[in-house]
Order: sequence, then structure tokens, then C-alpha cells
Amino acid sequence: MKLTPSLPATPEEYRQRYFELQRAAQANAKHRPVAEDDGNGAMIVPAELTILDETVPGGWYWSARVERGRTLRIVNEMARSSVSALFWNADDTSERYNAGDTVKVQWSAALGKGRLLFSDMGRVLMSITEDTSGGHDALLGGSTAATNLRKYGQHNLRNSRDNFVLAAAKHGLDRRDIPPCITFFAPVRTTDDGRFSWHNDTTKPGAFVDLRAEMNVLVALSNCPHPLDPSPSWTAAPVRAIVWRSPVPGQHDTCRTRTDEAVRGFDNTDTLVRN
Amino acid sequence: MSAPKASAASPGVSPAEKAAIYDYIIPATAPWSRVIHRGQILRIVDLEGQQAVDTLFYNAHDYRERYSAQDTLLAQEQAYITTGSRLISNEGNLMAAVTANTAGYHDTSAGACSCEANTVRFGHHTRYMHACRENFLLELSRYGMTKRDIVSNINFFMNVPIRPDGELAIVDGVSQPGDYVDMRAEMDVLCVISNCPQVNNPCNGFRPTPVRVQIWDPPASSK
Repeated sequence: MKLTPSLPATPEEYRQRYFELQRAAQANAKHRPVAEDDGNGAMIVPAELTILDETVPGGWYWSARVERGRTLRIVNEMARSSVSALFWNADDTSERYNAGDTVKVQWSAALGKGRLLFSDMGRVLMSITEDTSGGHDALLGGSTAATNLRKYGQHNLRNSRDNFVLAAAKHGLDRRDIPPCITFFAPVRTTDDGRFSWHNDTTKPGAFVDLRAEMNVLVALSNCPHPLDPSPSWTAAPVRAIVWRSPVPGQHDTCRTRTDEAVRGFDNTDTLVRN
Repeated sequence: MSAPKASAASPGVSPAEKAAIYDYIIPATAPWSRVIHRGQILRIVDLEGQQAVDTLFYNAHDYRERYSAQDTLLAQEQAYITTGSRLISNEGNLMAAVTANTAGYHDTSAGACSCEANTVRFGHHTRYMHACRENFLLELSRYGMTKRDIVSNINFFMNVPIRPDGELAIVDGVSQPGDYVDMRAEMDVLCVISNCPQVNNPCNGFRPTPVRVQIWDPPASSK
């Protein structure tokens, strides 16, 4: 790994350095093209590469261990689902998805193809290697009993928080192990006045995200409507969870090389895996 | 996003008019924790301005219930913490309410700094610099808690505008010397603070400084 030269010393030097980092990271993310086909994507997963293909009914949860190098595809079959997700290092579950670090490190809450999901240990849990959806929510999380009650006036609707408690419990984890989550297929934006809005959802039936595991990952998915879902009724169509043998990332892999932050995150990740 | 100064007006309680039952200055870069009983007011004073105060809350009787940034944002449908914000737990319960605030908007989405995240953000050479999660680990260990228990926090006096296109960055804080935030505990809460030691970004004006914490009992009439 590349160690940058000596630490800056004065507040002004720190300031200059910070804004240089910001400019570089945001410019790289904006201007370095995300390859349409960088060898990671496959619009249809061939049967011989499929390890697992399950349908998760609306309102339900699903969890699995995904080995490093394999890819989890979440398919929004009818474009009428949002999928909240949590990730843990399967070999040491004290390491888990960190929503704050994920948006802070990448200088953006708009996650899509080419972006990374970070753990609390400065390592990459998952790379978003493909994404044909209309956007995701990295800030607000998923539904809870309280959000369902406020929105639908009912106590007995399934929600993502309880689903996570259930999924976690089946791997020996409990409420302490449930950090803030990410929700896929939930195009949430922040407005200029600091409110949240459901932004023009362009997700089409069959839209999917591919998440390549960068360490052995324990994943939990919850297929419940997002609290900002504009539909007035609680509806969640089934989604598919496919685990497949994806190509080994090449030297110019978008996710690994797009920003300096990504390179350093993978330095940390690959060090863990080598040990 | 503009960050107008919120009103300091505090309905009902005017804590400064009577003596605080607790008054302490947290040194620059240090951790702190204390139980705030239901009804008590906690004030955090940014003594010198532009000092991020990373803050966690736990139910003092069941640490598995703790502050949840996402539940709080969902309840208020607003991306920042400010006067009137109701701080919600992972169980959906009200833990505390911001009753007064002279420093605009406070972040609750960007988390706390760590040695590990610093390496990704600022370079591998920044690994061995003190960080908020080091403070949290030390302080939480006194209560039998571990890294599993570090969840989302509030960053008082930290300014992280989130743009409509999703881009976000920690920018210069707006707090002036003496600005403060008051919170009324709505349950007995364990409050854990890291007086942020970060110098790699503007959250502390590149120079960590002390902050003051004060606690007042509720007015007699509300007891």
C-alpha cells in the first residue's frame, strides 16, 4: 500500500489537504466513466454460474453467507419492491456495514454502479458492480413498526427492523448487531431545504443490483416497502436473491480503482483476506 | 444549503436561571459519559466554536436500546438535528428532545471518525491518530459495552450539508464561541461523548478544543 508522505503540520495545511482530497474524490467519481461492460456485469446469469436462486416474498427477510468473490444479485422482478440490507463480516460479525462511513468516505450518499459498501473497519464488504435501478437510499434506512403505524395506521404489518432482528437472531446475533441499513430500489433524495423526497422512480421490472462480496459476507435482506414509498397501501412484490460465481475482478476493475479512497479501502480489505 | 441560526428560545425551561447540578469541561480530544435522568436538561457548550461533539445515547436501564439516527430522521423527515428534534431509539421510543439550540443544524448521518476510516479517507499515514471511535470504545468499556454497541451518533456542531445529487462533505462549522444545544431527557439516558480529535477535516476547525457539559434538574413543577 502507498503511504502518503509526512503528515501536514499546521491547521492551514490540513485544510488545504482536505479540500484537495474532496476535489479529487468528487471529480474522479463524476468524470471517470463507469464502464458499461467492465467484465463484471452479466445481464443474465448463466445457469452454470448460479449457486443459489431464491424468491423472497413481500414482507419477508432472507439471509445467507456470500463468499468473497461471489456476487449477490437482488432482482426487483415487478419494480414494486424496496429491499433493505445489512452486511456483516461472516468471519467476525463485530465488523459490519457502516452507513456513515460508506457515505462519508465516498463523499456521496448517491450509491450506484461503481460504489462500495464499507464496514466500520475501513474495509469493503461489497462492491456495487452492476445496477440497473433508479436509485437507493443510504441515509434513512428501512421501515419500522413506528413508520408502518404512522403511514398505514396498522400495527400488524411486517417491517424491516423486525425482519433484521429475526434474520440476525438466526445467526446468533441480536439487536446490538443491527446498525443503520441501506435500502435498495428506494430513490430517496435530499432537498435543498434538508427534507427527504422520493425522487422520480425509474426502476423497471427486472431491475437489479449486483453486489460482489469483497470478504466473506453475511447478508440479511428485508423485502418491505420503504417509509417514503409513495404508494398509499402497503405493497411489496416478491424479489429474487441470486448468488452467482462472478468473474475475478481485473486490473482495471471499476469498483477497485475509481477513486483513491476505493484503492485504500481495498488495500485494507486485501490485507485482511491475505492474513 | 443555508444553515440559518435557530432560535435559542426554550419553552418552559430556562436552565441558565438556576444553578446547574453538574458542570464539567471536557478537555479537547477526550471522552465523557454520564447518566441524564428523565426530565433533566443536558447542555453542551461549544466553548471556542467549530468543535464537533460526537454523541451517543443509551437507555440507562437497557443498553440494547440506543439512539438511532435513521429512526430519528424518519420521524422528523428532516435530514439534520435542530431545535425541536426528537431523538428516537432503535425501539421507536423518544429518548430526548432538543429544546434549545443556537448553532443551526447538526449532522447525524456522517458517523464518528475512526483510525480505520481515516486511512481510507485521508491516507494510510493517518491510521495512528486519535479518533472518536477510540474514545467511544474506552468509555463504553466502562459499562460493559463493546464495538458492537457503537451505533449511529449525533455530531453536534458538525456541518454536513447533503446536496440533492447526494454529494456531501464535512464543511466549516457554523458554531461561534459559546453556542450551545439543550436536550431534555425523556427517559433515563446514558450519554456518551467523544470530544472529536479529528484534524484531517474541518469538523473542529482543524484545532480540537474543549467543550462544556452542564446538567439541570427539571423545574419543581414538572417533577
